Amino acid sequence: MRDPLSKKVQSIEPSGIRKFFDIVSEMKDAISLGVGEPDFDTPWHIREEGIYSLEQGRTFYTSNAGLKELKEEIANYLKRRFQLSYDPAGEIYLTVGGSEAIDGALRAMLDPGDEVLLPQPSYVSYEPCIVLADGVPKIIELKEEDEFKLKKQQLLDAITDKTKILIMPFPNNPTGAIMTREDLEEIAEVVREHDLYVISDEIYSELTYSGDHVSIASLPGMQERTIVINGFSKSYAMTGWRLGYACGPKPIIKQMLKIHQFAIMCAPTLSQYAAISAVRDGDADVERMRTAYNQRRNFLMKAFRDMGLKCFEPFGAFYVFPSIKEFGMTSDEFATKLLEEEKVAVVPGTAFGRCGEGFLRISYAYSIDDLKVALERIERFIERHRK
Amino acid sequence: MIKKQILDAISMNSRRSTEDLAAMLNTGTDTIEHEIKEMEDNKVICGYPTLINWDKTDCEKVTALIEVKVTPQRDMGFNKVAERIYKFEEVESVYLMSGGFDLTVVIQGKSMKEVSRFVTEKLSTLEYITSTATYFVLKKYKEHGLIMTDEKHDSERMLITP
Repeated sequence: MRDPLSKKVQSIEPSGIRKFFDIVSEMKDAISLGVGEPDFDTPWHIREEGIYSLEQGRTFYTSNAGLKELKEEIANYLKRRFQLSYDPAGEIYLTVGGSEAIDGALRAMLDPGDEVLLPQPSYVSYEPCIVLADGVPKIIELKEEDEFKLKKQQLLDAITDKTKILIMPFPNNPTGAIMTREDLEEIAEVVREHDLYVISDEIYSELTYSGDHVSIASLPGMQERTIVINGFSKSYAMTGWRLGYACGPKPIIKQMLKIHQFAIMCAPTLSQYAAISAVRDGDADVERMRTAYNQRRNFLMKAFRDMGLKCFEPFGAFYVFPSIKEFGMTSDEFATKLLEEEKVAVVPGTAFGRCGEGFLRISYAYSIDDLKVALERIERFIERHRK
Repeated sequence: MIKKQILDAISMNSRRSTEDLAAMLNTGTDTIEHEIKEMEDNKVICGYPTLINWDKTDCEKVTALIEVKVTPQRDMGFNKVAERIYKFEEVESVYLMSGGFDLTVVIQGKSMKEVSRFVTEKLSTLEYITSTATYFVLKKYKEHGLIMTDEKHDSERMLITP
């Protein structure tokens, strides 16, 4: 028999997170700080709207790009929150989570051999999606001493004549790093000079703790060369609703929409109706959750300081990324031992790129009480293993 | 600002320790202590009662909501009347209302009989009170923002996700 599988697909490694998932699932009384989604329930007014839309029998496809009313509300929201102006007709479309938008943007813009600059540590799906779209990922290793921000010089060093796209994963999963307006201005200058395009994944844009998120697309001359990806999962605790969106220049969105039309058809109708309520009336929910995350972030940082665990202070998303270099173990060893000995699950930094070695991703999408129990165990662990 | 943050942080959990609050709000324990003391002195924080679902205990408790109409008194308005009502120990809450009646009085007693006796003997006999209407609470679903039913809520989040 012939090999049924594509060499390209086979070349992609399964996510490093999988291994831990399997161990933790088997373990009773393990505490996990390994979750990449909010612990809050979707606010009731949004769920209510979903229930109502089912009662109304809104169970059909929507147009490919999504409900007109939702696209208009998203345009209002992006204007109100991030000073971005997009035409709901042709510059915005709804996707099945931010993930679909990442895939769609890469597939719409890449020809075989085009290089994509990918800062790491970052979310697990960029690299495989680049490969699946026949692009060549060029990793830029972000550094702790730079607070895991992308620096101008790193960008300049990585650009070749094949470079087409820069992925901007901020606020960042797993490091929690953000890019301020000043940080972005340096990057934008290089992007414009070298005629690059940007895929800016802003799914955590509502979760920043030192001032409002700035979108790179809002900088001069950047909107025409940026695809902004956002969604409802993180801001409104709607991960399971699978709803995101992409915004960008009409010619690019038009091609992305073609892929979406043939591969997906449309984002879930139920979720789209519920999302109208989220984006229109959800500001207070976002504020409430942001406040809670920030309290937990403070709580964790204080606990790490007290136990002498080195950690740069992250101002975005809901992750901290402490360094475990002093323990003479790899991230994977540390995480495995921590799970075996203290039954606390965290994700090794290496799951998000090789340069995540020496770090752990700890999520604070947990209640203070849960965090407390886990922190006690972590403290005990590091006391025991400290050299 | 810090006062508001403290209030938000303890409004649903008054048992948070000073240490936890200080860590959560990124400040010192002395600041937290000082601010809370000040708010207690100013009666911004009036107390720390416990929300109990008496239905789950052996104790009999009956709650009633009473609409009260009163004749406001010259120079005293409603306040004096309200005071004469809220000083009774049985009275849980008293609110001045807009609309068709004047005061809402929430009272708690051991039995329906006890509540009735309070209304007929103590409340309605007060001068200035022109009428009352009593409604007994059959079941409490939610109080002080907390759901009191047995609704189980195990998280179905997967333990590790990217």
